[in-house]
Amino acid sequence: IFLASPSALTGSALFFAAQRCIRALKTVQAEHAPPQHYTWRRNCSSAVMPRITSHYTIFPRDKDPRWEGVEMERFADEADVVIVGGGPAGLSAAIRLKQLAKEQEKELRVCLVEKASQIGAHTLSGACLEPSALNELFPDWKERGAPLNTPVTEDLFSILTEKYRIPVPMLPGLPMNNHGNYIVRLGHFVHWLGEQAEELGVEIYPGYAAAEVLFHEDGSVKGIATNDVGIAKDGSPKDVFERGMELHAKVTLFGEGCHGHLAKQLYRQFNLRENCEPQTYAIGLKELWVIDEKKWRPGRVEHSVGWPLNRNTYGGSFLYHLNEGEPLVALGFVVGLDYTNPYLSPFREFQRWKHHPFVAKTLEGGDRIAYGARALNEGGYQCLPKVTFPGGMLIGCSPGFMNVPKIKGTHTAMKSGMLAAEAIFPKVTAEDPASETAGLHIPEYEDNLKKSWIWKELYAVRNIRPSFHNYFGLYGGMVYTGVFYWILRGKEPWTLKHAGLDSAQLKPAKECTPIEYPKPDGKLSFDLLSSVALSGTNHEGDQPPHLTLKDDSIPVANNLAIYDGPEQRFCPAGVYEYVPLETGEGMRLQINAQNCVHCKTCDIKDPSQNINWVVPEGSGGPAYNGL
Amino acid sequence: YIVTIRVKPDHSGVVTDGVKHSMNPFCEIAVEEAVKLKEKKFIKEVVAVSCGPTQVTETIRTALAMGCDRGIHVEVSGKDYEAMGPLQIAKIFAALAKKEEASLVILGKQAIDDDCNQTGQMTAALLDWPQGTFASEVTIDGEKVKVVREIDGGLETIKISMPAVLTADLRLNTPRYATLPNIMKAKKKKIANMKPADLGVDMVSRVEVLRVDEPPTRLAGVKVETVDDLVAKLKANGTI
Repeated sequence: IFLASPSALTGSALFFAAQRCIRALKTVQAEHAPPQHYTWRRNCSSAVMPRITSHYTIFPRDKDPRWEGVEMERFADEADVVIVGGGPAGLSAAIRLKQLAKEQEKELRVCLVEKASQIGAHTLSGACLEPSALNELFPDWKERGAPLNTPVTEDLFSILTEKYRIPVPMLPGLPMNNHGNYIVRLGHFVHWLGEQAEELGVEIYPGYAAAEVLFHEDGSVKGIATNDVGIAKDGSPKDVFERGMELHAKVTLFGEGCHGHLAKQLYRQFNLRENCEPQTYAIGLKELWVIDEKKWRPGRVEHSVGWPLNRNTYGGSFLYHLNEGEPLVALGFVVGLDYTNPYLSPFREFQRWKHHPFVAKTLEGGDRIAYGARALNEGGYQCLPKVTFPGGMLIGCSPGFMNVPKIKGTHTAMKSGMLAAEAIFPKVTAEDPASETAGLHIPEYEDNLKKSWIWKELYAVRNIRPSFHNYFGLYGGMVYTGVFYWILRGKEPWTLKHAGLDSAQLKPAKECTPIEYPKPDGKLSFDLLSSVALSGTNHEGDQPPHLTLKDDSIPVANNLAIYDGPEQRFCPAGVYEYVPLETGEGMRLQINAQNCVHCKTCDIKDPSQNINWVVPEGSGGPAYNGL
Repeated sequence: YIVTIRVKPDHSGVVTDGVKHSMNPFCEIAVEEAVKLKEKKFIKEVVAVSCGPTQVTETIRTALAMGCDRGIHVEVSGKDYEAMGPLQIAKIFAALAKKEEASLVILGKQAIDDDCNQTGQMTAALLDWPQGTFASEVTIDGEKVKVVREIDGGLETIKISMPAVLTADLRLNTPRYATLPNIMKAKKKKIANMKPADLGVDMVSRVEVLRVDEPPTRLAGVKVETVDDLVAKLKANGTI
């Protein structure tokens, strides 16, 4: 989130602005004045740690005696194209394929699998939708009843201090300007896309997660297999054990969203990330509130930066007034996952932010009705991997086409899905595909991406996010954007680099000061567990925890010892808890897998990179309604 | 089944738009029992029935994927659907049971939405058939059914003659998963569509909902230090 101040044009004005900035920043820093102590936990454990991980990805079943004699054959089916993930990218790709099939009167079997129990239940976003991709996909979207009910009418940007608000003018040409866009409840929009897809004949299977990538003998992707069901918490088979199903396809599209777990595997398998920087992320937390009618301004978009984050922690807030009958606002907070202080809790920063006078006055007297969280991409152009490989391709936020300063990724995700469909269609319907590998390799998709408006957009804004890595942090970044984006439109010849892997950014706990967060007051701010209850998340209890650890001993030995267990703080659902051992001295990690909201933050931010998020039994996870 | 329930702003009911609906857990157990009876060759055909708007076809599909042979969707929507209660559903089931010449009607003991626990019993009364409710074990013995029922005092075993109505309780069985290959096969199975009027059932409700409110927020408890304090507080609020 960010903006430019026009006075930063001339060199001397820059210097004075810098001086004023430094003075202002010293005040902001003083607000986080450290209490001169920190907790240091001794964690020598004399007792035996109970086993945490039992998932078959860590403990293979072919070596496990409990699985001897269990029927492991899978039913397989063939389709032309299989799509993993029922989000904007996956659904747009499916729709575009069927539209082309209808136009050219060809038959095409398109199957889409989605881990949520219904399309839209795992979708979470702000969101201000730029209708550019939608106009290309369905020029008649209004007649079809797309739920774009709230055109943006006002756009506000503020820099917050603890008590005050500095308004910043939203000049046209700035990336954040929202003229012509719509505030949507993305879950409802995705649900509508799902209905359009089904009408066109796409086979959609919600409640079935793609758990495994299948390969041909020649190494190309053959398709996917859905999750097995009926495995007990200790990893043994239950009476109701059933193997997942294999879906084979000529091409498989992976649209798992930000930091997909199958995509992680594909990066390694096909070495797709050798020429790009590692992706950097942020976590976004969101709530829906029904507010007092007198405070409701439908169509108003508010963004802020500054308090409660310090200038070196990237992040900010959004508050959108929806126009769907009742006085509903969607609000939330984003924190860049390259933060350095292991004591930072994005959830508590979010709750704290709501107490700012400018925000509290909108929320006072209102009721919170929904909560959720999800990681999002911040890397942009520098972090785009190779997106095609034999047998498949990556679409949407999985490779990561989000335009960070605009804070929009839905339109680029949809467009990437459509471009993928257009590249695939001639190949899968051709009589003789003329492919070297059994799974089709379609590099035309990547060429099409490079020629499209997605590439131009991402190139123009590529230096904005990395420009935050300077002494002045947020303010330096804003100055950079003012000069190089607003005026020069991103044409500068250099490309700045990001800071590296998010998980490597944490400083050891002893070098940082704990942050004193205020207690939730139950009216504006809330505790973690009541928030998780609102997300509607649930999983079958008797299954292996899907937050798998490569090594069960590392959390206490490394995460707790050096970083004071940051996963207790960055998980927005309270999955990770360090609890005292029942006997003996020391702590152990307890994983409450049922609380998981599938945000993927732990897989991203774990300093030991020991946590590997895999997909749980299908239809588990949050039950977002229009989030 | 973990969804946050919200009362509609006009207090006429609960928000159901966009909320994920799924098969009632006791009905899943009922479907499983029916499929098990078919697998043991006691019955020849299992028909899954649901009453409601278009979305219920998804639930019928799940039942078909679990092993039912065909489905019947009795379409009820709008105001009729909001006012629909156990009596109307029982009338529909009774009419269908006669039409299909069923030998068993198996239902879940109650819906977790309203916990009425009436539909099975009303269906049996309308048909004048015997009923085995809260079944935790069902055995077919020729033309009779032995049902072990879960009652407050323990377990009661009864023998009833077919045709009969059974309602499933929690410990009857563990429902199987509806796997993806079965869902795909279920798309080919038939779901017949009809309206209550086709069965001669009038949907007029004898019950009118005046108002729906959320339960009052639980107040915090008060801790007292001594027994005297406790007595004083109880006296102060008039309890003693």
